Amino acid sequence: MFKCKAAWNKLAPLARASSTLCRQAGKRAVLRHERTPQFVQPAHMSSGPSGGGGENTLYFVLVGATCLAGGAYAYSTLVGDRERYQQRITEIESRSSKPAAEPSTPAKTQPETAASEPASAAASPAVEPTHAPYLLIGGGTASFAAARSIRARDPGARVLIVTEEDDLPYMRPPLSKELWFSDDPTVTETLRFKQWNGKERSIYFQPPSFYVSPTELESVENGGVAVLTGRKVMHMDVRGNKVKLSDGTEISYDKCLIATGGIPRNLQVIERAGDEVMKRTTLFRKIEDFKALEKVSRELKSITIIGGGFLGSELACALGRRSADLGLEVVQMFPEKGNMGKVLPEYLSNWTTDKVKKEGVKVLTEAVVKNVTYKEGKVEIKLKDGRVVKTDHVVAAVGLEPSVELAKSAGLEIDSDFGGFRVNAELQARSNIWVAGDAACFYDIKLGRRRVEHHDHAVVSGRLAGENMTGARKPYWHQSMFWSDLGPDVGYEAIGIVDSSLPTVGVFAKATAKDTPKAATEQSGTGIRSESETEAVAGSVAVGKAAPTPPPQQKEDYGKGVIFYLRDKVVVGIVLWNVFNRMPIARKIIKDGEEHADLNEVAKLFNIHEE
Amino acid sequence: MSYCKQEGKDQIIFVTKEDHEAPSNAELVEDDPNDPYEDHGLILPNGDINWNCPCLGGMASGPCGQQFKDAFSCFHNSKEEVKGSECIDFFRGMQECMQKYPELYPQEDDNESAPSGEAEAEAVLPADSTSSDSVSASVPTSEEVASGTESPATS
Repeated sequence: MFKCKAAWNKLAPLARASSTLCRQAGKRAVLRHERTPQFVQPAHMSSGPSGGGGENTLYFVLVGATCLAGGAYAYSTLVGDRERYQQRITEIESRSSKPAAEPSTPAKTQPETAASEPASAAASPAVEPTHAPYLLIGGGTASFAAARSIRARDPGARVLIVTEEDDLPYMRPPLSKELWFSDDPTVTETLRFKQWNGKERSIYFQPPSFYVSPTELESVENGGVAVLTGRKVMHMDVRGNKVKLSDGTEISYDKCLIATGGIPRNLQVIERAGDEVMKRTTLFRKIEDFKALEKVSRELKSITIIGGGFLGSELACALGRRSADLGLEVVQMFPEKGNMGKVLPEYLSNWTTDKVKKEGVKVLTEAVVKNVTYKEGKVEIKLKDGRVVKTDHVVAAVGLEPSVELAKSAGLEIDSDFGGFRVNAELQARSNIWVAGDAACFYDIKLGRRRVEHHDHAVVSGRLAGENMTGARKPYWHQSMFWSDLGPDVGYEAIGIVDSSLPTVGVFAKATAKDTPKAATEQSGTGIRSESETEAVAGSVAVGKAAPTPPPQQKEDYGKGVIFYLRDKVVVGIVLWNVFNRMPIARKIIKDGEEHADLNEVAKLFNIHEE
Repeated sequence: MSYCKQEGKDQIIFVTKEDHEAPSNAELVEDDPNDPYEDHGLILPNGDINWNCPCLGGMASGPCGQQFKDAFSCFHNSKEEVKGSECIDFFRGMQECMQKYPELYPQEDDNESAPSGEAEAEAVLPADSTSSDSVSASVPTSEEVASGTESPATS
């Protein structure tokens, strides 16, 4: 084979040279040995030939060193040669339209190079696949879940993920929670976090060794998942079943998944405010945003978060916890009356806001931003009611804009109510195109058309899309859940439509110290709650004496309970408030879609007084 | 003694432990074990293995997925007295493959590969259940994501 011949040609003169060198060195050593009287040291050498004393050792050391040096030189020459070869091949390929039969040996002979690449894989070498049986656009949670699903169901499947990010697929929830609670000062580099049960893991779903290189994808024996990073899909030709990337490459596909997610929204007032303000604003979504904000939190004195939903509140709590140690002022402002105002009923939202304040956050409710300017080294935020906040840095957590740019070239429908690509109950946009995750506006048989921006939904819908791409033809059925933690004392899990504008019925018991997110995960031994259901749940521990019911006049403590969200008397959403490992029951109630006369009876099913 | 109050459209009920002691009279719809839409546990209604089960983590989808499937299928279909005794070659193949990816399949002392296959089997035995929620599979420690919801998992 040309490769071997070329390699040998390069190595041959080297081999000759090094062997000459060895022989000469050997001769010299041996000569020395012969001349000097033999000190027969009965030194027992564990390796190497028997007999001989120090001189032999020197001889072997010399030979060893020479061979090592020779080997290193040969290695570097081979690598350089391979690169030049690759480049030549690319050039030839780009001229012809046929894909090159890329020999897999170059990639295999240098496994160390691949393994030593950092976790954020750099853009792959020159030659790329031109066809992928399964093409996944977007490299986030939904895409990864689909890839896994496809691989599980279609043996030998070749899956290509194309992402504009430079990182391999990773999970988002820790970016606004666990990573901030880490004691490790290198956390921004390692991106590893300790779960409550003490076990550490990376935010990346899989290490780089899980994936095959894109250049190997078409040839590798049992197929695999390859990730093409730093490339954006700019144009989609649905009739021709192919896409065009930002670097001009074209890739054809048999089946395609669009899992492009979204980009954070910004406030118009900030966009209009000019560069100085924009420079000091973070739109939080990706790993790089986490790294930047973490740096800011250590260097600056005041951070203001605009937005009172999941992301805003979680970041506020995470930063608030650090505020004392860092001497950092954390301000959170939003138009609603309380944190999670659009999700939790008012009484609970108010209670939650008090908890957030206890985490060290200055919360400004009913705050509508009028304008933002940069003045005297500070970002000045003026509210409509006249309040002014002067801060060093702004984090805008005001929602997500689904990424639907491909809809135009692909001729796909966009939903006018919820945004995102409009797909059917099986997540299909066209016969061979599916959409999953944040960008999918799908038909939920039980709850109606919706678009969900939660982690577990990305997993569930990604997995479903993967199943359907391999012929399952199943509709969205397994209801996804979501969760949030606001500090160590307040945590909840929820499922279905959890909209505070719906009428709600809340059933509460008094909480004990055992009812906290920390205790819950410790007990179930899981790091994050969406998976605690698939783990064996520890036996329930009987709670001590029930606390006496507080008399109505005192301030209520909504320690733990269940909140039902109703639409036309049917439960469409449930929040489990500081009550954990009960999601299967909640899921069942939503699935049934029945009208229940007495929700207190339904609440009994949750055993809220027990662990 | 529980009490109830109304705040606008939101009703709030406080209950004591005693209030909730009586069994619930709420009626739940009976589940159809053969519902084609439902997510199934490790074993599908027709007896096949559900390779996409969250309980398997990514074992069937990684670089050693094919070897894992071969080994586990053989084990599952084994009718020998010592279940899986004829599957040694498959398990060896799987172990060899896994040794090539120590990052993905950490080789711990109280091991993984073969015993985790057995552990899966034990989980399978009571498995007439089709609900993934009730399958208490002992999750293989091999891959990082050991649970199907792809959330940070305990390995």
